Amino acid sequence: MLKIDNLHARVEGREILKGLSLTIGEGEVHAIMGPNGSGKSTLVQVLAGRDDYQVTSGSVTFLGKNLLDLAPEERAHEGLFLAFQYPVEIPGVNNTYLLKAALNSMRKHRGESDLDAVEFLALIRDKMKLMEMDASFLNRGVNEGFSGGEKKRNEILQMAVLEPRLALLDETDSGLDIDALKVVANGVNSLRSADRSIVMVTHYQRLLDYIEPDFVHVLSAGRIIRSGDKSLALELERRGYDWVLKEALEESQA
Amino acid sequence: MASDNPEFEQLVNRGYAHGFVTDIDSDTIPPGLNEDVIRMISAKKKEPEFLLNWRLRAYEHWLTMKEPNWAHLHHTPIDYQAISYFSAPKSRDDAPKSLDEVDPKLLETYEKLGIPLHERARLAGVAVDAVFDSVSVATTFKGKLAKAGVIFCSFSEAVQLHPELIERYLGKVVPYTDNYFATLNSAVFTDGSFVFIPKGVRCPLELSTYFRINAANTGQFERTLIVAEEGSHVSYLEGCTAPMRDENQLHAAVVELIAMDDAEIKYSTVQNWYPGDEEGRGGIYNFVTKRGDCAGRNSKISWTQVETGSAITWKYPSCILRGDNSVGEFYSVAVTNNMQQADTGTKMVHIGKNTSSTIVSKGISAGRAQSSYRGLVQVMAGAEGARNHTQCDSLLMGDKCGAHTFPYIEVKNPSARVEHEATTSKIGEDQLFYCRQRGISEEDAVNMIVNGFCKEVFKELPMEFAVEAQNLLCVSLEGAVG
Ligand SMILES: Nc1ncnc2c1ncn2[C@@H]1O[C@H](COP(=O)(O)OP(=O)(O)OP(=O)(O)O)[C@@H](O)[C@H]1O
Ligand SMILES: [Mg+2]
Repeated sequence: MLKIDNLHARVEGREILKGLSLTIGEGEVHAIMGPNGSGKSTLVQVLAGRDDYQVTSGSVTFLGKNLLDLAPEERAHEGLFLAFQYPVEIPGVNNTYLLKAALNSMRKHRGESDLDAVEFLALIRDKMKLMEMDASFLNRGVNEGFSGGEKKRNEILQMAVLEPRLALLDETDSGLDIDALKVVANGVNSLRSADRSIVMVTHYQRLLDYIEPDFVHVLSAGRIIRSGDKSLALELERRGYDWVLKEALEESQA
Repeated sequence: MASDNPEFEQLVNRGYAHGFVTDIDSDTIPPGLNEDVIRMISAKKKEPEFLLNWRLRAYEHWLTMKEPNWAHLHHTPIDYQAISYFSAPKSRDDAPKSLDEVDPKLLETYEKLGIPLHERARLAGVAVDAVFDSVSVATTFKGKLAKAGVIFCSFSEAVQLHPELIERYLGKVVPYTDNYFATLNSAVFTDGSFVFIPKGVRCPLELSTYFRINAANTGQFERTLIVAEEGSHVSYLEGCTAPMRDENQLHAAVVELIAMDDAEIKYSTVQNWYPGDEEGRGGIYNFVTKRGDCAGRNSKISWTQVETGSAITWKYPSCILRGDNSVGEFYSVAVTNNMQQADTGTKMVHIGKNTSSTIVSKGISAGRAQSSYRGLVQVMAGAEGARNHTQCDSLLMGDKCGAHTFPYIEVKNPSARVEHEATTSKIGEDQLFYCRQRGISEEDAVNMIVNGFCKEVFKELPMEFAVEAQNLLCVSLEGAVG
């Protein structure tokens, strides 16, 4: 589904991603962990097409297309979704309105007709039940005055409505209380399917208890320095990052 | 069809009867301003003596005044002697004869705005005398108003038909000594609109200049006077669109509103004067004095404006809250793009007890445009319990434009509550990216964000105007980001 090869990217003249490679197959769930500032958010933003970041070398193929050639909205149309670490507020723009415009833009790309207001409302009510969200969120501005946890929930609601092929979840678990974490995890799990892949950026094993990953990667200083299965996350939880960093350093010097 | 409809004939000919268009002399009047020119204007319009004298006093006063230079605006000096004071900005002979002669770019804009085809011609300044489709509309409209006792006509007509009302109210809110541009207007105004709503009448229709066909060529010095008697209610819509011309044009209008006890006036403007091109060539210089007098108890005056046009805008719709418990409101969206400059705001003068005012100002700047908000909230000593809330938000698109806020607050009564909030934000790269990540195109995202920003003002506009305003915003900001 997604193949990242030797990706280098910089922001404000500073190189953040330094030769990152990663392959994600259909239906797989990957967790990306790593110290603060290691480049996890940078990676997902580069994949989503944020233009503050310049890709200096490397390639990314998504469903057979050169992802880096596409504008952000085209990437979205191809089925790439990013749940933001810090979802932005857009005052005055109705939450439902944005979501409807988003969904219809996807449908248009697929050659389908727009959903009308009634059809859309039925769909979104359904998804909101899944995310245990109150109907009052429909009429509020996009993320306007939402609590940290509510914003994260709203991101997964959007994912549920847009049904992407590849979802990048950037610390969707941080800021969620224990019950909300279960709800969000439930939502994500219900979206797991053989043709949908998920990449979760997280700092905590707790999320992985609910959403079991097929692969776990450690990102440090702009590179994946270790990959493993879910047991790697458990080991990180126990021992921290130091040992991985040390081993990686020794490997590179060897 | 036209010839066997007498009302149509009348409509078509009215412009000629009262105006300057058939009068060949008037079109060839040489540029320049002096007492004779003013006497000539007044004579041609067969004005009563009081009006001529009023004009002359204004002119004399104007000669002693200096053009204000405190606004945050820059323009080449206006040569007042180079302006012709008794003709349409461009004579009808120069106007395009058909839509084929109109700049396609302008027509494209109209199309995007969804303006009906026959209206496009009128707005583009095509020399058509009356528009067939509008005739029946205009006549049924007049009938309905007459039945309710509402007077709604051109200023010139009002001077002929209701001179006593004009004499009583003209200049009572904006005296001829008020300011440079208002004084000039008082001396040389050529036409405008007059509205009178009698006691207890709720005007059965939204009044709109759109329906007043002969308002099309009222020229650059127009006056509007609206009087709402006790307990009456009126909503007035002013839509302005100017044809695209290369030279700058001066537009100095005066609007006076008077609301008696329990009366309410809602005045909405969607202003889309030609702003000049990307390089700042051409466009309207818009210097307008708009003021409402909440003269009666419990009266209310509400200004709502969406301004996307003009090369230069200088405009402060104001409310004088004299009556106890009277209410003043100002809701404004001002968009400036390319080389446009806008210096707008409002004045709320609290005189009566328990008067309250609300100011919501949304400024959007793009390109190299500069916009300033200048607001004055004044609470006089006798204004027990006065309240004001001001909210002033600026949105910047790109980094070459600017927004400035100058709030002035003068409080002479300790019981007053005056609140001011101001924000400036850049149209967030974050917001744009968020929308695009959800599949929404950049252009749609910009429109969505800007319309969201203006929501509080748009909801004050009458329905059909709100839609027009939103479209207008999209058109004016096209290509502003990216
Ligand atoms: N727009 C930017 N301008 C300047 N520096 C940036 C920008 N974006 C990211 N960086 C820098 O790049 C580095 C990687 O940041 P990134 O947000 O990708 O880290 P992260 O791994 O997601 O960290 P965290 O776990 O704290 O979320 C950091 O040092 C950060 O300061
Ligand atoms: Mg991060």
